[in-house]
Amino acid sequence: MTTANPSIDQATALPLKEKLARTTAIQRRRAFLLTLPLVLFLLISFVFPIGQMLFNSIHNNKVSGVVPEFTTAIQKWDGQGLPSEEIFEIFVKDLAKAKKVREVGRKVGNMATRINYEMPGSRSLFTKSGRKVGKIKQGPYKEALIKIDKDWADPQVWLTLQRASYDISPAFYIAAMDMKYNEAGEIVKADELYQIYLNNFGKTLWLATLITLICVVLAYPVAYLLSVLPLRQSNLLMIMVLLPFWTSLLVRTTAWIAILQTEGVINDLLVYFGVIGEDGRIQMIYNQTGTIIAMVHILLPFMILPLYSVMKTIQPTYMRAALSMGSKPFYAYRRVYLPQTIPGLAAGTLLVFILAIGYYITPALVGGQDGLLISNLIAYHIQKSLNWSLGAALGTMLLVVVMLLYWVYNRLIGIDKLKFG
Amino acid sequence: MINKLVKKTLIATAVATTMVAGSVQAEGHSEEITVVSWGGAYTVSQVEAYHKPWMAATGNTIVSDDYNGGLAEIKAQVMAENVTWNLVDVELSDAVRGCDEGILEVMDHSVLPDGDNGVPAAEDFLPGALVECAVGNIVWSTVFIHDESKIQGVDGLADFFDTNKFPGKRGMRKGAKPNLEFALMADGVEPADVYEMLSTDAGVDRAFAKLDTIKDSMVWWESGAQPPQLLADGEVTMTTAYNGRVFNAIASEGKPFVINWDGQVWDLDLWVIPKGAPNQEATMDFVKFSTGTKPLADQASWIPYGPLRKSSFGLVGSFHSDASLDMAPHMPTAPDNFKRALQNDFEFWADNSDQLNERFNAWLTK
Repeated sequence: MTTANPSIDQATALPLKEKLARTTAIQRRRAFLLTLPLVLFLLISFVFPIGQMLFNSIHNNKVSGVVPEFTTAIQKWDGQGLPSEEIFEIFVKDLAKAKKVREVGRKVGNMATRINYEMPGSRSLFTKSGRKVGKIKQGPYKEALIKIDKDWADPQVWLTLQRASYDISPAFYIAAMDMKYNEAGEIVKADELYQIYLNNFGKTLWLATLITLICVVLAYPVAYLLSVLPLRQSNLLMIMVLLPFWTSLLVRTTAWIAILQTEGVINDLLVYFGVIGEDGRIQMIYNQTGTIIAMVHILLPFMILPLYSVMKTIQPTYMRAALSMGSKPFYAYRRVYLPQTIPGLAAGTLLVFILAIGYYITPALVGGQDGLLISNLIAYHIQKSLNWSLGAALGTMLLVVVMLLYWVYNRLIGIDKLKFG
Repeated sequence: MINKLVKKTLIATAVATTMVAGSVQAEGHSEEITVVSWGGAYTVSQVEAYHKPWMAATGNTIVSDDYNGGLAEIKAQVMAENVTWNLVDVELSDAVRGCDEGILEVMDHSVLPDGDNGVPAAEDFLPGALVECAVGNIVWSTVFIHDESKIQGVDGLADFFDTNKFPGKRGMRKGAKPNLEFALMADGVEPADVYEMLSTDAGVDRAFAKLDTIKDSMVWWESGAQPPQLLADGEVTMTTAYNGRVFNAIASEGKPFVINWDGQVWDLDLWVIPKGAPNQEATMDFVKFSTGTKPLADQASWIPYGPLRKSSFGLVGSFHSDASLDMAPHMPTAPDNFKRALQNDFEFWADNSDQLNERFNAWLTK
């Protein structure tokens, strides 16, 4: 019997396995289809722009796009003295051609702006010469160009042009790290009067840490209270926590301006009660203090909510057991209660810290001169100076710092232990 | 999180509104253009003197939008090839830089109408008002102001930097321009020498050293509506401001502000069309209309910004709501106000604004 049947068994068993595999595969594909909108959304709204930013921070074709033939020629130049007559000729002809182009991004002004980043004050050398260069009909081109503007006899101009002619360059990271090229083409520290970014990165990290710490200190007792109070009171308290959370960020920031400004509520009250004189009004806003106060207030719910959700699940019996076995209250808290809140604490600190480090609108409104964070400088380069490449380089550096911190955090605490609620 | 949500909703709403606006435009026969300017009393003057008469005459519609200057929005729109602004009111340095970078349309000045007295446009406009990509409309000025009900006896720009004589906070526009100019003029440099001095490192150091003396008393403003408000709130004792808005705070709201013309830094405002903007025919028609002799003169009865056509000078009358208030003496170019004045050097700023603003930002955070 058994020897007669195996062929039938095998014949039915194999298709069954395959069938199962096929159905599960279809199901899996279907399940994947459900996530497709999110994947696409992430791709379009996150991966693509971030990739674009990374690319922008190292790629800038403002020279090669304007004077393409000159770009090839100057890259072969040995950098000694002035370039040859031949290179001058190509440059003059490329410049004259660029003058006629109307295409955005290929006009002389783009190259002028690019070179001006590295050689401040050289912008008009390019735009002015660009207007006149059409008049040069024949050689010697070197003399003719230098006749238009004697700055063309400065080898620095040509060295900078050569450096900027490469589309892929670290120039913007160099600027973003408060460095520059010196006359010999070496990378050196920028003049102290122009150093801004590294200091600001340091300040941003320090302020974000401080804000996170203040949030922990303020949120921990509130979350505890929320978790132990009877439902009726805790609901009321919860609404008080959530109400500001639901209020527009701008409204809250403006409210702080009304409260903290020198002619504001707090100062008025202090003067009224004679604590300070009319001349002694305290500057609490448009500086770092204002930024810290407003940001702590805005970010506090992000600390309270994860803490609360974790504390809610902690059985009061554990603490009672510890105390009944003779532990002192603080020791019981430290050994029994605190470790159980770590997942919430970790989630809260990570959330608040990462939000704080990239915060923009509040420092922009109440930061004044010394409360500005790195994101405000990025916004400055995107919106005002229009140096998008430098903005992108700073943005990338910020991203790297955040990812680095996330990695360290993962090593210390473990991302799998986080509990957001 | 909430932030992002709000932003997304805003974008969604904006998209929806644009789509609705687009469909309305497609159905109707009249054209619609978006004209962008600096907001507040200045935009009001343009709406009254340019927009309304033009809309009445042509049946077209103008959507008025505000911004705080600079080329960022124009550049973003042109780069994205989705230009929604048809016409923008910009400073001279931005008109030149934007033209150099190809994000503005070249303007054909030959289509501009003659002045009412028959003088061709090319001669009627003040020198420098017609540049490759722009048509000038007004002269405006940055001045410093104080509240006469609180302090008296302010005499010259040097007092702005003297916190011993006049204790209290000072307001300035956030950025290097035109604060470095003010600092040097307050330090005794004559207007004619200011830019020559700023072209040297020593000159820039001197300007920053002067700013250093009042750095701790500084409040920085960004939009033109802020300084009169800061002064009214008592947040500052003196502040720099755009002359037109201050005048309007004085004339229409009765504020006890005083304009100090000593060391004023004046500049032009010009119309520019972002590259690739739609409806350029209608836009050019509006440009021709608004920079005509009469509209420029009318504009000056709403705010004391000087018209850039010579033929408009004689037509400048009195304040729109007060016939006894003659506007001419309040113009930046009035002889009494013009004794110690400096024209903003657009080329200097086109060359040096990146570097000087970087130093300014570094100085600010130290």
